[in-house]
Amino acid sequence: MSLSVLRIGPACTVQDQGRTGYLDQGLSRSGAADILALHEGAALLGQAPALAALEMASMGGEFEATERTRIALTGAPMQASVDGNPVIWNASHELEAGQRLTIGAAIQGTYGYLHIGGGIDGDMFLGSRSAHLTAKIGRTVQVGDRLSARAGSGAVGLKLQPDDRFSGGVLRVVASFQTPLFDQDTLDRFANTRFQRGARANRMGIQLESTGEGFAAKGQLNILSEVITPGDIQMTGTGNPFILLPECQTTGGYPRIATVLPSDQPRASQTPAGGQLRFQFVTMDEAVALHAAFQGDLSRLPTQVEPLIRDPHDIPDLLSYQLVGGMISATD
Amino acid sequence: MISPDSDPFPRIQPVGFDGLLVSFADTMAEPSNRAALAFRNALDLAQWHGVIETSASLASAYVRFDPDQLPHKEIRSRVSELLGQQNWFDAPMPSGRKYWRVPTVYGGDFAPQLNEAAAAAGLTPDEVVRRLSDSRVRVLTIGFAPGQPYLGPLGPEFNIPRLQELTPMVPEGALVLAISQFVLFSGPTPTGWRHVGQTAFRCFRPETPNSFALTPGDEMQFYSVTEEDLENIRANDSDGSGGATYQEIGS
Repeated sequence: MSLSVLRIGPACTVQDQGRTGYLDQGLSRSGAADILALHEGAALLGQAPALAALEMASMGGEFEATERTRIALTGAPMQASVDGNPVIWNASHELEAGQRLTIGAAIQGTYGYLHIGGGIDGDMFLGSRSAHLTAKIGRTVQVGDRLSARAGSGAVGLKLQPDDRFSGGVLRVVASFQTPLFDQDTLDRFANTRFQRGARANRMGIQLESTGEGFAAKGQLNILSEVITPGDIQMTGTGNPFILLPECQTTGGYPRIATVLPSDQPRASQTPAGGQLRFQFVTMDEAVALHAAFQGDLSRLPTQVEPLIRDPHDIPDLLSYQLVGGMISATD
Repeated sequence: MISPDSDPFPRIQPVGFDGLLVSFADTMAEPSNRAALAFRNALDLAQWHGVIETSASLASAYVRFDPDQLPHKEIRSRVSELLGQQNWFDAPMPSGRKYWRVPTVYGGDFAPQLNEAAAAAGLTPDEVVRRLSDSRVRVLTIGFAPGQPYLGPLGPEFNIPRLQELTPMVPEGALVLAISQFVLFSGPTPTGWRHVGQTAFRCFRPETPNSFALTPGDEMQFYSVTEEDLENIRANDSDGSGGATYQEIGS
């Protein structure tokens, strides 16, 4: 199965779940900005969530199937069509050789995913196919590239109702080791502030804006550089928060006020510019329960796929179908 | 769960949802870096089921774990017990470390901020080159960019501040200096540290089987060579070592 790339957005990369174990070498995990979308694509194609997909930041591209190819579309919903006919997002489809898949701009959210049956067979480096552009590992996908996958059999024509995580909302956070550097008033104000996602955003992190004064820590400029993990909410010198994402640095001297739970990191990554976000502190016990529920949801995804055809709403060109014309006998 | 920052060292604190940090100081010093490296090594040797990865930074060790397999209370008590087993500030360094000697051009067009650094340190440029060239420093931690070491400690005369203005770009292999530490850049980068030396040593070699040249705890010496020497080394360098040689450090 394979697609050749005819047009492509400026920030599309191959991503899987990233590489673990190189923190001590200054290399962060990378991997999909929306891990949930990888699991959804896997469920729609009946394959493993460890397989790589194409991550498309805000803008997709045009792809031609060089042979019969199964695909799935997940994450931020984008305008998509095959040979000009709209196709359903959060669903798996089959392309015949020569058919063209066109994926436009995100309608909601930031990161859309194009999965290919068998998983995209990108270069493996240190156990992962994930590009990590800030570490100069891999590169963006370019016109003329071929996205190929090992053949494999699996389902198509399935759909999922995804969690809506594409327009901001509440992010659950836990206190981390630098949280006590912020006084209680600042922490309360942080939890009561409605933030807007700013314009500065990439796979390293997203900037948040709010009205009112910033969120400064005690001795902010004299903090020893310490370990950073994805999900950390870092306060810059001006007291504006950044939520750090999979390509974040591994250490840094700006204090972190809290850490977004792994279950809510997809929502953080997907929030588009201008989207509103709020933070809710939870205890570690609550976090453990929320995380277990998230893992349970991921493992149940394969049982939640449904056939596409049952619902007339799923047939985008319904009006062009001859619904009764070909019928010869009502009892056939 | 979270200690107030008045708690004594060593200190165990949570890092987000799935990590613990064991800090030995809140400033960089040789004994606390030694403790961090030794304790991180002990965490690795313990091989607890449920540990995902560990690392060491300037003065602390980090462990990430799967709370399903290793609940927070359990790992915290195990870390606390391990911490109590010895005085980590005078622990021996981990074995298997290397001592690297790296040919380095100090000053001139290759490293144009040496004179500024000398002025900040209150020494002549020749004296700075002599002292830096003779300094044997440790890889204190690796970070910021893949494979990129922070090295030290250098003598107190080199406790010079970072620049106010960033230098727009210094090349891969640049040896930069501030706050009694070197950084050896693994790629071209803007920096507020002073560019005092230039090497042909590549810290991150993604195209080779061993992508990362250095390990925290390794030691390095940047001995002075001429620009011509470095050009010759570059012309004949096939593996990115830039003429560096190493020997194992006996534990």
